[in-house]
Order: sequence, then structure tokens, then C-alpha cells
Amino acid sequence: MNFVALKMLVGDRLKYLALIAGVSFAALLITQQASIFAGYTLRTGSWIRETTAGGADLWVMDPQVEFSEGPKPLADTALQRVRGVSGVAWAAPLYKGWLECRLPDGSKKRVRLIGIDDATLAAGPAQMVEGKLEDLRRDRAVIVNIDDAASILALDRAGGRPLRVGDRLDVNDNESVVVGTYRAAKEFFWEPVVYTTYTRALSFAPRQRRLLSYVLVKVAPGADAAEVARGIKNATGLDAHTGHEFEWITAGYVLKKTGILINFGMTIGLGFVIGLLVAGQTFYTFVLDNMRHFAALKAMGAANWTVLKMMCLQVLTVGSIGYGIGVGGASLTGAAFHSIGLAFQMHWLIPVLGAAAVIVCCLASGGLGMLRVLRLEPSVVFKG
Amino acid sequence: MTTAVLPYERKMETGFDDGDVAVRVDDVVKTYGAGDSAVVALRGVDLEVKAGELMMLVGPSGCGKTTLISVIAGILDQDSGECRVFGQDYHRMTAREKTRYRGETIGFVFQAFNLLPTLTAAENAAVPLLINGVPRKQAVERAREMLAKVGLGDRGNSLPAHLSGGQQQRVAIARAMVHGPRLIVCDEPTSALDEHTGKRVMELMRDVALAEGRSLIVVTHDARIFGFADRIARMNDGRIESVVTSM
Repeated sequence: MNFVALKMLVGDRLKYLALIAGVSFAALLITQQASIFAGYTLRTGSWIRETTAGGADLWVMDPQVEFSEGPKPLADTALQRVRGVSGVAWAAPLYKGWLECRLPDGSKKRVRLIGIDDATLAAGPAQMVEGKLEDLRRDRAVIVNIDDAASILALDRAGGRPLRVGDRLDVNDNESVVVGTYRAAKEFFWEPVVYTTYTRALSFAPRQRRLLSYVLVKVAPGADAAEVARGIKNATGLDAHTGHEFEWITAGYVLKKTGILINFGMTIGLGFVIGLLVAGQTFYTFVLDNMRHFAALKAMGAANWTVLKMMCLQVLTVGSIGYGIGVGGASLTGAAFHSIGLAFQMHWLIPVLGAAAVIVCCLASGGLGMLRVLRLEPSVVFKG
Repeated sequence: MTTAVLPYERKMETGFDDGDVAVRVDDVVKTYGAGDSAVVALRGVDLEVKAGELMMLVGPSGCGKTTLISVIAGILDQDSGECRVFGQDYHRMTAREKTRYRGETIGFVFQAFNLLPTLTAAENAAVPLLINGVPRKQAVERAREMLAKVGLGDRGNSLPAHLSGGQQQRVAIARAMVHGPRLIVCDEPTSALDEHTGKRVMELMRDVALAEGRSLIVVTHDARIFGFADRIARMNDGRIESVVTSM
């Protein structure tokens, strides 16, 4: 009877296409919005990820730090105290501050200044485009993100040309020169990033009693990172997290403190509801239109179970095709807008959860029709 | 390739030992609704249909004809009384057994044909076989043979919308017979057809359906086809008023 069920389904092209369209739209909206949400969430940890890639295993910070963009400055002595903890191979200082920067065309921008360890340059950008990381040791040297250089840091008053190597910047009224550019994964946070050495960053930063933002720690070979983190906590009172943990802390903070989760959640929920309503309405109409045929089948000896299987097949066929089109559409959207920087990350869990949502959507929309057909008395076929 | 054995090809495993009686209805009562709004559709109906007989049920609208064939076909439960079809009492069967028995033993011809519009004539005619678990290819093959018997051998691939009313009813007749049922119930089979086509359909039913020893119960208003009946049961107000042998 599968064959009969499928022919019944595809026979009415318009209804069939409406059913497919409803489910496709729901699947598209659910998976696309969930992927963009995942993309943005992932981007909140981009800087942590790139910095950790420099070899550090642990981030040491004030226990009040809630996310990567809100460092609570530590005493300079924290670095030495961390270095004294058993299991620490090396520890490097990291400065992160928000300073005003005057571009060569006179315009002013707020930048995130990152100061990395002068000696090791640990935690510097991994992918240099122009110049070398070691160029930071040159006098007044800074390096900038190449994407920022062409966008936020572009010289709007000079025809919009990108900031480039050799340009001079005033960072908090301290003259500096761009010696290189680097490429990094896009971030959720938007202020442009400027790298320099830790010592120079401190000289650029406004006077404060404490200026050390984070301490990056490399765990000694054979030592357990969690054990070392506990040791740091006990010895200094500071928190120590792996990069992965710090990413989750940051993502959790952003989701909690911004409307991003609610906004995306609403869109995803709306996609589900719209899909449910469109598919439900169309499938119910399809069932009503075919009620006398289902009654005839039941009169001719088709058991309720057989009819139920037929309807499930119809629903699952529509669901599978709609889901495929929806997820395919979402992937194409992601690919198409990748070049303009759309945050799109289709984690494997998203299509799986999308499939579950589509199945629920289809079964819920088909359920009402199924219930009617199951309750249908076959004797109605004799009632004209 | 295995060949499915159809009901009429095998000895019935039922307790049918009633000689030439196909259907026996004893004192069947059926009421719709309850309380003040209750409508008594059958008020103690007795009827016997013989094997190989074409019995017509006639009478005014609302007299209980449709209710009676629904009870006989096993798609409606009576409130009291007994209905035996080839010796089998529906009341002694579970719902599943009744559905299966109906699928194997009874063929249906509906007033509005009830052909699935998206299936070809051959596929429509094959539906009862598919319900009984016959593989699709084999079912459609047999349906084509049956269509040839009703004169539609060349229209097997046509959709119902491309067939005339008479042709559609012939497809419905082929569908009613394809699985070899021993009883065919027909609800107003000619009411949607013109006189000439209606007569041709009835000729076909007599020639093809009765030829294999089946019994036919035809509910009709159409006096033009009374002549095709072996016997005519006249109903009124939920009772059989008379059963006469057709002239």
C-alpha cells in the first residue's frame, strides 16, 4: 500500500508542493538561524582560541572576570606568583585595554590594544599577512588586523584607503607605526585589534596601579592542567581556566547579557510554528479531501494500522524532502554569504536537532488528520 | 515468482455449512443516536441471500437500505440480531478478524465509484489485492486481466478523470471482483449513469460477477434495472416489506 500512499500524496501537485514548501521553510528557518546563532556564539571565543593557539594551556585571571572583554587588572606580582606554582612550564603576561587611536587622516577610533610578552611574543597572531611578528620588537611597532585595516580602520577622510604598513597611529597620544598585518578568525566583538609588546602596551595605557590583564600559562610536560589550575588557585587566589573553558564562560556571559539568545530563539521557534501551521493546515486539508478514499480503503479491508502506515509514509516523505531542501537551502545561504562575513556554523548537532524538529512538526501536523482517519467509520462511503 | 492464493481459489477455512445461503440476517436492529434524537434505522430485519443470487434492496430514501448493506458488509455493527455471511457471524469476530474477512470475502461497488484519482485504472482495480498483501506487480497484472473481462483491457493506464462515468463504474466493478470475493455489495451502482450505460453495467455485473458463483446485493432506486435481479427485497421504515422473485 506504500505505492498507493505515495501516489495519493504526489497526485495533487499543488497540495504536495505546498506541503513540501511548508516543511522546507520550517527546516530552512530552524537550521539557518540555529547555524547563525552557533556562528555568533563561536565567534565570542575567537580571540581566546587564536591566543590559546600560541601554546598556552591556561588563562589566569581575576575571579571576577565574566568574559574575555572584561579583564579585571591583576597586580604585577601575580605573574611571578604564578610562575612559582608547581607544574607551570612558563607564564607570560597579557595586556588587553581599550584605548583611543588617532589614524593618519586624523579620525579617531577606539581600539583593543593587546600587549604580548616582549621576550617570547607568545599569544601573538598566528597568521601574519605582511611583516613578521618579530617586527613588534622594532621601535613603536604595532600590527593590525588586515580586515580591520580595510574596514573600521580605513582612512575615511583620505578616500577610504585601507590602513597599511608604514602608516603612523597615535594610540592614546603615543606615536606608533604599523609594521605588519595579520589575519584572524572573525570575532563577535567589533572594536579593531592592535597588537604590540606588553611593555609598550603598558606605556600606551593610561596610568593605573594594576595593568596586567591575564597571565598565560604553559603546563609542564607530564603535569595535569586541571591540577595545575587548582594549584594556581590555591597559591594566588586567581582563577585558571583552559582556553575552552574560558570560551564557554565568555559565550555564556554574552548569551546571558545580550538579547541574542532570545532573538534567535524566537526566530527558530517562529520557524517551527510557521512550518507546523503551514504543513499542518495543508496536510489536514489533504486528509479531508481524501477522507472518502480512506473510508473506501477501510471498507475494502484496509486495517487501521495499514491506513496509519500509509499516512505516516506520506508525512515522512514530505518531511524528508522538505528537510533536505531546507537544510540544503540553509547550507547554500551559509556558503553564499560566507564572503561577506556571515557568522554561520552548521555544527553536526544542528541538522540532527533540525531533523527532530521537522519530525515533531510533521507528526504533530499529520497527527490530527491521522486521528480523524482512525476514527473514520468505513460505512460513511455508503452515505454519498 | 510466488502466486498469492485468493480466497475463492482455496477452500474456506470457515464453518460455512449453510448450503446455498450466502447471507442470513435474523432480527437485526440498528439505532443511530440515543434518547429523544434516536433514529431507528433497522427494526428487526430478516433476510436471506442465496449463493449465486443477485438480490436487489429497494425502497424509499431513509428506509434503511444503506444501513442494512453496511451491516451485511461488516462495516457497521448492529445493536441486536444476527448477521452471518457465509456462515460467519461478525459478532464472534474481533475487529481485526472482521476487517480481514471483509477484505477477502466482500467486494464493493460505490455510488460515486470512489476511484483514487491519482491511480490508473489498473492500479485502482488492484487496490483490494494490495490490501490483501499481493505484491504490486502481480496485483496490477491481475487487475489488467480483470479490466479486460469488463471490456477495458485497453484503458488500464488511463486515469479516472480520462474515463467516462460508465467506464469508471466498470473499473469499480473490476476492483470489486479482482480479489475473488464471494459477495459483492453495490450501493446505487447506476444512479450516476445514463439509462443505456446503467443497463450495460448491470449486464456486466450479471455476466461477469455472477458467473463465478458470487452473490450480489444491489441497493438501488433505479426501477430501470429491477429486471436484472433474481429477487427484490422491498424495504420501508426499517423493515423488509416483501421479497419477490423478479420477472
